[in-house]
Amino acid sequence: MGVIKKIRRNFADLFKKVFKKQNARIGIYGPPNAGKTTLANRILRDWTGDAMGSVSHIAHETRRARRREGVTIKANGGSITLDIIDTPGLATKIDFHEFMEQGMDENESKRRAKEATEGVIEAVKWLDNLDGVILVMDATEDPFTQVNVTVIGNMEARNLPLLIAANKVDLPNASASTIRDAFPQHPMVSISALEGKNIDTLYEEIAKRFG
Amino acid sequence: MSMMQGFQMDLISEHRLAEMAPVEKVRFIIDEVREGKILVLEKGLSPAEEASLIEMTMTLIEPDGFSGIEMESYPAEVDTSIFGRLLKKNTIKSRLTVIGPADQLKTLRKDRNMISALISTHK
Repeated sequence: MGVIKKIRRNFADLFKKVFKKQNARIGIYGPPNAGKTTLANRILRDWTGDAMGSVSHIAHETRRARRREGVTIKANGGSITLDIIDTPGLATKIDFHEFMEQGMDENESKRRAKEATEGVIEAVKWLDNLDGVILVMDATEDPFTQVNVTVIGNMEARNLPLLIAANKVDLPNASASTIRDAFPQHPMVSISALEGKNIDTLYEEIAKRFG
Repeated sequence: MSMMQGFQMDLISEHRLAEMAPVEKVRFIIDEVREGKILVLEKGLSPAEEASLIEMTMTLIEPDGFSGIEMESYPAEVDTSIFGRLLKKNTIKSRLTVIGPADQLKTLRKDRNMISALISTHK
């Protein structure tokens, strides 16, 4: 390769590194079993054709944060490209006996508990590296959980955008209005990540909030 | 006379916590809770301190030992003063917080201005 060609290529690489706009990094947060990975899978299937990870009715199925870069979402007549981070469920306590109650043996339960604690630490650390959060809440549960309060507090303190996804509205005892009343200062979309209900409205809000 | 059975509850003033650095606060709370105490913090913790507390709690969880904490704080209030808006930084006013061992303290109900909890004397 000629010297001039090499210099030109190096310069082009440097130019790209300096001026390339980094995608906004959006974390999907929430308590265990709120439907974070189901939502991440829904977003990826709709816009990239593949999935983020496996889901389970047993808590702490996602025990490592997963990042998918360059997810382009089209909404409101435009498009937005994001890096999506699906985080492990946040919790203040993890007892391996709860996994045993779900039918796992003791060793497997202890291993899952240990991995779950590491996952929570990873999710907390990611809070320092995000541009916004989609906070997934289970609309059949009390919204004032400590996890929700802590995540919202951290985003408010950093003055970063937050969008609440009131998930599982396909269930009969879901109450999205309870979530709206609990945190009226933040935009909320009621969805069923599993069935895809209201998902287009969520994409419009994502484009509006994180664009 | 029989020994009185129960748990210890410490009510920590805003002033007491304000004297500590964030890392000291987290260490103090964890140490007290692992001894089985229930703490009521008059002013609570900042959101960043709450996150640090969760992080440190996770590092100390052991099978058949410490299983974590129960923490309940009221949602923080955001001070959106003109000064804060100029600096593009929000001032968070944290509020009363209850913290205890997960196997002894259980939240029954919580809303914006009320925390109802059950404290067990048996683990």
